[in-house]
Amino acid sequence: MGLSPRPDRQEVSHGGEPWMVTRLDMLVNWSRANSLWPMPFGTACCAIEFMASAANKFDLARFGMERMSFSPRQADVLICAGRVPFKLAPVLRRIWQQMPQPKWCISMGACASSGNGIFDNYAVVQGIDTIIPVDVYVPGCPPRPEGLIYGIMLLQKKIMNERSADQSIRREMEPDPRSQLYIPPPAIDELSENFGNSVHQKRSGL
Amino acid sequence: MTAQPPFTTVIAGSASQAIPASPRNVAHRGGPANPTAEAIERQFAGAVRRVDVVWGETSVVVDRARLSDIVRWLHDDPSQRYDMLVDVTAVEFRDPEQPIEVVWHLRSLAYRRFLRLKVLLEKSQPLSVPSVWAVYRGADWLERECFDMFGITFEGHPDLRRILMWEGYREGFPLRKDFPVRGRFSRSEQLRQALAANPEARYSMEELSIAQAFEDLPEEMGKRLATGDQQVGE
Repeated sequence: MGLSPRPDRQEVSHGGEPWMVTRLDMLVNWSRANSLWPMPFGTACCAIEFMASAANKFDLARFGMERMSFSPRQADVLICAGRVPFKLAPVLRRIWQQMPQPKWCISMGACASSGNGIFDNYAVVQGIDTIIPVDVYVPGCPPRPEGLIYGIMLLQKKIMNERSADQSIRREMEPDPRSQLYIPPPAIDELSENFGNSVHQKRSGL
Repeated sequence: MTAQPPFTTVIAGSASQAIPASPRNVAHRGGPANPTAEAIERQFAGAVRRVDVVWGETSVVVDRARLSDIVRWLHDDPSQRYDMLVDVTAVEFRDPEQPIEVVWHLRSLAYRRFLRLKVLLEKSQPLSVPSVWAVYRGADWLERECFDMFGITFEGHPDLRRILMWEGYREGFPLRKDFPVRGRFSRSEQLRQALAANPEARYSMEELSIAQAFEDLPEEMGKRLATGDQQVGE
C-alpha cells in the first residue's frame, strides 16, 4: 500500500528458520521471480509502451514474461497500464480477486499510480492503490520501456526477498464488507488529495 | 484572383499576395446560408427563430414544439434528404441567464449540405426535447449520452438511461456548469459507490441478446436460420 505497510502485516523474526527452509525459499522465489506471467490491464497510452516493452527490441521474454496472460486465472502479476475510471473500478477489483496467489501488482504510469493530476476529475480513480494492493509503482507519463523493465526488476528483487514463514504476504486481503474498501476512507481522501496548484474545490460528503 | 497551382512553396515574408484566412476564404460571420434554412422558413412558418452563419456553417434555431416535424421533413423530403445524423449534443453557457442549447448536426450526403439545428431550453423550465430516434436510429446512443451528461430528457426515446456513467450514478450530470469538476462527493465515497456497482448490470438483455438481432433479420433469412434449411431462400 502506498503510504503504510499492510494493516495485517506480521513481523517475522529473522534467523529463526532452519537452513533448509531458507534454501527452499530461495529456490521457490528464484523460480517465481523468473516466470512471472503478466496480466495486462491496459486502458490508455501506457499500454502502448507496455506493448513496446513486450516487443522484440525490449523483449520481456528475457524476464520470463513472454506469455501474456489475458486470463486472470493464469496470471501472476497484474500490470495496470493507464488511467482507471470509476466505472472500471469494480472490474479491476474483480480481476485482482480472480487472480490466484501468489500474485503481485505493478501500477504503471502516473495515472494508475496517482490519477496524474490532469485527470483529477469526477470520473477517474486517484491511484489504483485505493482499489487493490500495489507492489511496484512505475512513474512516467507514459514510462519508457526501460522504466517498466526497471519496475519489473524491482518486483523480482522483492519476490527474491519473500519468506515462506511470513504467511501474511500470501493472505488475501478482505475489503471491509460495509464499504468494500481496503483502507479507511480518510486515508483514501488523503491519497486522492490533489497536488500542485490546481483549483482546490470544496466538496460535500464525508 | 488568379488560379494557383495546388502546391506552392511560400517563403516567409515573400508572399506576393495576401494569404486567405482559410483555404476557401470563408468569412467568420455572414456569407451565403444553407438554402435549407430558407426552405424550413417557407415550409414551417414561424418555427425558425434565428439563422446564423458562422465559418460558412448554418445554424437554425427552431421552435421546440416543431422540431419533430422539421427533422422528419428534412429527412424525408426529396429536396432536402438529410440522411445522416452526425451528432446530438448540448451547450450550456457560463452566463446563467442564457438558455441551454440542444444541437443536432445533420448532413445531406446527396446535396452535400451540412445543417445545424438548435433548440433553446430555458433553465427554469424542465429540460426536455423530442427524440429524433424515430427518424434516425443512430440517435439512440447520442441522446443517451446527452441525457447522461446534461440531464436533458428526450421524449420518445425507447431506452433513455445513462451510457457513460454507471447506472445509479448519484452525483448529477457532469457537464453541467454547476457540477464541480471533481464531483460532489468525497473520493472515498465516490470509490465506495463505484465499487458497489455491479459491472454486468449496466447492459440490458436486449443489448446482449442475439435473439433480438434475430427479429430484425429479413424474413426469409430468419426462416432459413430457424428451420436450418439451406434451400428455403432460393
